[in-house]
Amino acid sequence: MIQDTVLVVTLVLMGAIVAAFLFVAINAKNDGGEYAPIQGRAYAIRSKLFWVLVVAGVLITTVTTLDLPYAATRGEMAGVDKQIDINGKQWYWEIADTSAKVGETVVFNVSAGDVTHGLGVYDQDMRIIGQTQAMPGYANSLKLTFDKPGNYKLMCMEYCGVAHHAMVSDFTVTE
Amino acid sequence: MNDSTAIAPMPGSSKLAILAYLGISALVYVLMMVLGLLMRMGQANWLGLPADLFYQIMTAHGAGMVGISGLAGSAVMWYFLRRYVDLTVGILWANLAFFLSGVVLILGGIFLGGYAGGWTFLFPLPSHGMGLWGPVGAACFLGGLLLIGVGFLLLYLDVARAIISKYGSLARGLGWPQLFGNSDETPPPAAVVAATMVLLVNITGIVAGAVVLVLILVNLFMPEFEVDALLTKNLIYFFGHVFINATIYQAVIAVYEILPEYTKRPWKVNKVFLGAWTASTIMVMAVYPHHLLMDFVMPTWALVLGQIMSYTGGFPILVVTAFGALTIVHRSGIQWDMPSGLLFLSMFGWAVGVVPAVIDGTIAVNNVMHNTMWVPGHFHMYLIVGLVAMLFGFKYYITGQDGKPGMFDKLAFWIYSLGGVGLSVTFLISGYFSVPRRWAQHMPEWVGLSQPAALMGAAVALGAAIFAIRFLTSLKHARAV
Ligand code: HEM
Ligand SMILES: [Cu+2]
Ligand SMILES: [Cu+2]
Repeated sequence: MIQDTVLVVTLVLMGAIVAAFLFVAINAKNDGGEYAPIQGRAYAIRSKLFWVLVVAGVLITTVTTLDLPYAATRGEMAGVDKQIDINGKQWYWEIADTSAKVGETVVFNVSAGDVTHGLGVYDQDMRIIGQTQAMPGYANSLKLTFDKPGNYKLMCMEYCGVAHHAMVSDFTVTE
Repeated sequence: MNDSTAIAPMPGSSKLAILAYLGISALVYVLMMVLGLLMRMGQANWLGLPADLFYQIMTAHGAGMVGISGLAGSAVMWYFLRRYVDLTVGILWANLAFFLSGVVLILGGIFLGGYAGGWTFLFPLPSHGMGLWGPVGAACFLGGLLLIGVGFLLLYLDVARAIISKYGSLARGLGWPQLFGNSDETPPPAAVVAATMVLLVNITGIVAGAVVLVLILVNLFMPEFEVDALLTKNLIYFFGHVFINATIYQAVIAVYEILPEYTKRPWKVNKVFLGAWTASTIMVMAVYPHHLLMDFVMPTWALVLGQIMSYTGGFPILVVTAFGALTIVHRSGIQWDMPSGLLFLSMFGWAVGVVPAVIDGTIAVNNVMHNTMWVPGHFHMYLIVGLVAMLFGFKYYITGQDGKPGMFDKLAFWIYSLGGVGLSVTFLISGYFSVPRRWAQHMPEWVGLSQPAALMGAAVALGAAIFAIRFLTSLKHARAV
């Protein structure tokens, strides 16, 4: 699950920053004498850090933009088994079909009838597997492949008024 | 660093005005934190908050926190900037008057008019209150924002005028002759460079915000005047992103000015510094599409640019400013007291909060993290542990409360900072578990995540209350220079 990777990377990087600040805070009260040599060393570290971040940034950008979630919205429907229209309204989902079969690739064509909503698809463990905005006047197409059978939930991800949190519908994936 | 060694006293009634900005902000922060605490307690099932009240509180907390941060940030900028350029005291007061009138309208719109459309007033929600609020409540809220915007616009126009009349142009205020040319004139001080960046982005942002507010206001009363939802969303997030970010870019001037006093080391305005601020000027404005990564209909190039700008936007902060703070403090023999401690903490909070923000700027990550608690997780980190710590550090400084801190101050420092980190981390963990943001009522399995969060929120609010009391009771010692 991508959330795991995200959490680990975040904690590692945050930990590195914690370590750097703690290191400096602990040593701060010692007087290191002349500033110039300290600054010189810091600048050397900084330029290394800069290049490490540049290289990492370029690599990560390249890898993560190879497969964007936008293809279906641009009309690419190859390999799609089923399209389902979903319309968000205050405060319920109008869903053309609330089921799919395991292994099917489904495209949800998502729009809204009044205000902006957001369609989040949650799996049996209540974790998001994909989402898109539901905006009046626009149709966003969310493509998902359902690998596991079970009860999924379609939940509202964009604040849409006082019953926003009650906009939850079921979606069933059968064998 | 300064172009003059002796600093002129504050002109006219500006000292009083600055203290009014800071005093009001201290009180409002504590009050708004209590509102935040109520929301977290509601989500923890410790408090039976009806959904309509929850969303009204959420709207007040969001608008209040963003607005007061703008006010407090501008006070820090004004305080240091007037050391170098000739600012107009009357405009400083006028901005406060606009601000307070706007606040009255906003509070009326929310708590009398029932408006609960969120501080981001995502169109067309303001005109769809479904009986909870009507056009008048929404119009009060939006009109209040507009008034506040007018005040800030005046303030930044005055800043622009003052910088141009001293340095000749805004390009010179950003130090472009030194950055791009081979001018060996001394570049402008850090405060001027930062203020130039801020006025450029904020004037642009506020104008965009004003345009969209007017569009929505007209539509409220004349629904046949049609407005496009995606266009307004672009304008709203452009304005909102720029405005909240500019608060930190103003407050950080306190770090540039005060840490060198403590460490007896200069914060040098060199090419790297100037380059970072010029880059930030562009990136802060170009990065806003990362709020629209889940609007699949947006042009792909804009969304990919949103990801790239999110990555590069972290550079000037991490690699230049946070690193600069570490360098200037390292083995400096600094004396830790409230101003230096809070300012150092604030650089930590800013840097560490950038991490989850940048990661969420990745389209693939946003697909599972957008509008989850991950988002308030990252921004509470750099607002509570970053921005607000910076502001309270400045408040301790300006009221002469340096030197050995008292027991209460120390206590407040630790509960505030640990509580702030804890509160933000619990938000992040909720995001990891896909808990959506802005849900008045949580699913049973999520309630356990909100309970420790509510405790941390209480710690933060308590710490801030002590900071605020210490500031308000020390006003008579405030510096006049
Ligand atoms: C005691 C400290 C604080 C607590 C307990 C707190 C709590 C909260 C909670 C529970 C939410 C709503 C989360 C959700 O979406 O479900 C929230 C949203 C927010 N908070 Fe805070 N907060 C605190 C401090 C701050 C500070 C210092 C700032 C800014 C300087 C701030 C700015 C915001 C903003 C902008 C939102 C978004 C509102 C929206 O989603 O419309 N908060 N906060
Ligand atoms: Cu909805
Ligand atoms: Cu909703």
